[in-house]
Amino acid sequence: MPKTLKHIDDVTIRFAGDSGDGMQLTGDRFTSATAIIGNDLSTLPDYPAEIRAPAGSLAGVSAFQLHFSSQEIFSPGDNPDVLVAMNPAALKVHLKELTRGGIIIVNTASFTAKNLKLAQYETNPLDDKSLRDYVVYPVDMSRLVAHACEDMGITTKTVERTKNMFALGVLYWMYNRPMDTTIKWLKQKFAKKPEIVEANTRALQAGFNYGSTNRIFTTNYKVDAAKLNPGTYRNISGNQATALGLVAASVRANLPLFYGSYPITPASDILHHLAGFRNFKVKTFQAEDEIAGITSAIGAAFAGSLAATGTSGPGVALKTEAMGLAVMTELPLVIVNVQRGGPATGLPTKTEQADLFQALYGRNGEAPIPVISARSPGDCFAAAFEAAQVALKYMTPVMVLTDGYVGNGSEPWIIPNVADLPEIKPNFFQGDEDEAFLPYKRNPDTLARDWVAPGTPGREHRIGGLEKEDGSGNVNYDPENHHKMVTLRDEKIKRVVEDIRPCRIIGEQEGDLLILTWGSTRGAARAALQKLLKEGKSVGHMHLRWLNPLPQDLGGILDKFEKILIPEINLGQLAQIIRARYLKEPHQLNLVRGRPFLTREIMDKVNELTG
Amino acid sequence: MAKNETTMEKQLTRMDFASDQVVKWCPGCGDYSILAQVQKVFPTLGIPKENYVVISGIGCSSRFPYYMDTYGFHGIHGRAAAIATGVKLANPELSVWIVTGDGDSMSIGGNHFIHLLRRNVDVNILLFNNRIYGLTKGQYSPTSPLGKVTKSTPMGSLDHPFNPPALALGADASFVARTIDKEPKHMQEIIKRSHKHHGTSFLEIYQNCLIFNDGEFDRYTDKDKKADNVLTLEHGKPMIFGKNKDKGIHLAGNNPRVVSIGAEGQWSVDDLLVHDEHDWIIASILSHFTYREDLPTPIGVLYAKAQSVYEELLDDQCHQAVKLYGKGDLQKLMSEGDTWVVK
Repeated sequence: MPKTLKHIDDVTIRFAGDSGDGMQLTGDRFTSATAIIGNDLSTLPDYPAEIRAPAGSLAGVSAFQLHFSSQEIFSPGDNPDVLVAMNPAALKVHLKELTRGGIIIVNTASFTAKNLKLAQYETNPLDDKSLRDYVVYPVDMSRLVAHACEDMGITTKTVERTKNMFALGVLYWMYNRPMDTTIKWLKQKFAKKPEIVEANTRALQAGFNYGSTNRIFTTNYKVDAAKLNPGTYRNISGNQATALGLVAASVRANLPLFYGSYPITPASDILHHLAGFRNFKVKTFQAEDEIAGITSAIGAAFAGSLAATGTSGPGVALKTEAMGLAVMTELPLVIVNVQRGGPATGLPTKTEQADLFQALYGRNGEAPIPVISARSPGDCFAAAFEAAQVALKYMTPVMVLTDGYVGNGSEPWIIPNVADLPEIKPNFFQGDEDEAFLPYKRNPDTLARDWVAPGTPGREHRIGGLEKEDGSGNVNYDPENHHKMVTLRDEKIKRVVEDIRPCRIIGEQEGDLLILTWGSTRGAARAALQKLLKEGKSVGHMHLRWLNPLPQDLGGILDKFEKILIPEINLGQLAQIIRARYLKEPHQLNLVRGRPFLTREIMDKVNELTG
Repeated sequence: MAKNETTMEKQLTRMDFASDQVVKWCPGCGDYSILAQVQKVFPTLGIPKENYVVISGIGCSSRFPYYMDTYGFHGIHGRAAAIATGVKLANPELSVWIVTGDGDSMSIGGNHFIHLLRRNVDVNILLFNNRIYGLTKGQYSPTSPLGKVTKSTPMGSLDHPFNPPALALGADASFVARTIDKEPKHMQEIIKRSHKHHGTSFLEIYQNCLIFNDGEFDRYTDKDKKADNVLTLEHGKPMIFGKNKDKGIHLAGNNPRVVSIGAEGQWSVDDLLVHDEHDWIIASILSHFTYREDLPTPIGVLYAKAQSVYEELLDDQCHQAVKLYGKGDLQKLMSEGDTWVVK
């Protein structure tokens, strides 16, 4: 039967299955193949907190969404066009978000009475016509992989586990992706188990062949390469980019990197990546708890390293006293918070932006610290690098806010040239040998105190958490000195504004409505903006990278628009700051569901406000 | 033991380690003696002054770094061990000293304390144990005996106390020792031993708090009592104590007991337990003399063993990684995996 090839611009695919079905891996492989083709892409892994919830249960469904396009894209897509459902539970959980008329590819072998019951289906949706609004491809993947591997003499269980590769093969055919990078990856990953490589390769090939020969599949699609900025690209996840940003800063500052951390979802990957960089003399330290994670980093900072700690919101809560210590001792330190749903343990694997107040105010006393947010997975690199720059220049802890979506999601990233990355000059004491060293004497421009690491002869000094005398750094309880020091520490952080780029509005430069975002919400907002502009709306978008200090020219920009809309995955934390600081009354869009905004949600709100 | 022991250009003295800050402990506090002994010992260890780092948590003892003219860090409550770990990992050349109290290291910092010991980072812990909370003005501490009447326990404390050497041995400490604030010579000797030990050294120092817990250690410090209540340990020597050196420790099965030795008695030196500081079982038995009225309190080195040191293993991994993968090349690292070019 002849097949048609259609050119399309934009596709969103969601892979869904049991936690043990390898959906994250399948999504990752499809992402790699898609990146190589040169499509722009954005991904959203969505997995349960439980490692392996009971097989077939609704709680155990793990999913991976991938949006790819021949145009520049900003978000992992609203509703998927294609749903790959490896079992009934996956279908049940994800069907409601599938675009009407979208494609469903199911593994029919898993639609057993038992699995249907676990998924709380009373009748088999493949038979009861409930899917009549969709294009359903029922494929007995289990039987087909068994067939593909039948002469190999491997266990049924091993064969069954290759069915994700079969599904991937079908999708590779459907969207014209090359299989070679996946086969290469299989060979590397299972180098010591050639039979696993063979079985998975056969399953992948079988899936591809099934698509191209079976007559139920009538159409496949071509998505051309996107016109991205020129450069060499790779696909990168946010946590990977954060790790690389920290290493890059240590290289450009010519300082060893120390990373003290305690495992926590969704930040642990930063520790995993950095632990692999021992040949850069990166010292990772898996501490006994969150507090030791940060205090060991403070010790390393005192000893002259570029020090960092990474965690998620609950971990930040435990680190707050130590963050104050870093403020008081004025040591450079990067604190990464990969935000997740809260409060308490909350939603460990889901994304949220509700730690903004915690980042800004979550310490005892007046303890200001600069706060920067990453807007996308690739941007984590620049955010971590910039945080280190500011920490070393101003001698201060700096918080980097990313989140579960940005940390686990991935996108194409232009690999920077090392030589183009700015050199970082740590604020080491520059005085002559006979010049007295005063630990709390400040640079008149930045107000940073001088840094001297132990081991430097003649500069012995003591620092600590008690209030310091201006200049000498001796313990001091004088009321006027305390007020002066509180003010100086505050003023120092305010001066970081000098290093912050001016605001840039995308879209209309003035008009009816400004969408103001921070962190990962930028993606959906930018996608919404593009569509709104096409519809002729008078809308601009301003994205805040630094949350403390705020850019100098922000106030003027807010004045240029009739209305301001702040979409946030919290109950209005930035909105409250804008209200307090600029006496504006922004409109809020707050949906706290553990996942990013959909483009459509922001568009709807803008349309509602602009009438 | 720090690796950087070099001949000093100038012989350091005690005064080189005294800072210009006024010492603010209560007059008569046992901390003064400890400060004096540390200041006497440091110049003799052959370490350049700039390589000393003294790190503390919170409490009376933790003001210690301010009085030492070395690099110092007064941390937050309980965290000295973790701060010190970061310092030592970042720069293994430094000689790192943790000054802590029974509240700081046994209670709020208990977690860091046990993990430091098991990792065996080459730092030194000086635990000032006064069995009371001093700086918060007199609450019972995790080493106060059961029933202790304090401000927060007017009817007596309900907690069984921690036994610091036993806790340290349980955490697989590689060096456990004890001394007493009023035994300056002994303290100096044990501080030197602590320094020489390769790995985490744990030294408990019985320290009298004149204000809130005066007399807690009188049995071990009063002139007429101490000889009968303190057992000074020496490696390879039988455990003898007493004013007339006529008492010793005999092990009946697993149970230690005091026996009289001498011409007329039924026991002789040969019946006594011989101290072997490399024997964990003996150390464990000795550690449980704490809080026992019928046994003397042992001072000296209870236990010492050779064990791999965390920061050296870490540095080894760094060297190994360079051998395996080459010196870190950032451009290469950033370009790992599948890449493609957009023109």
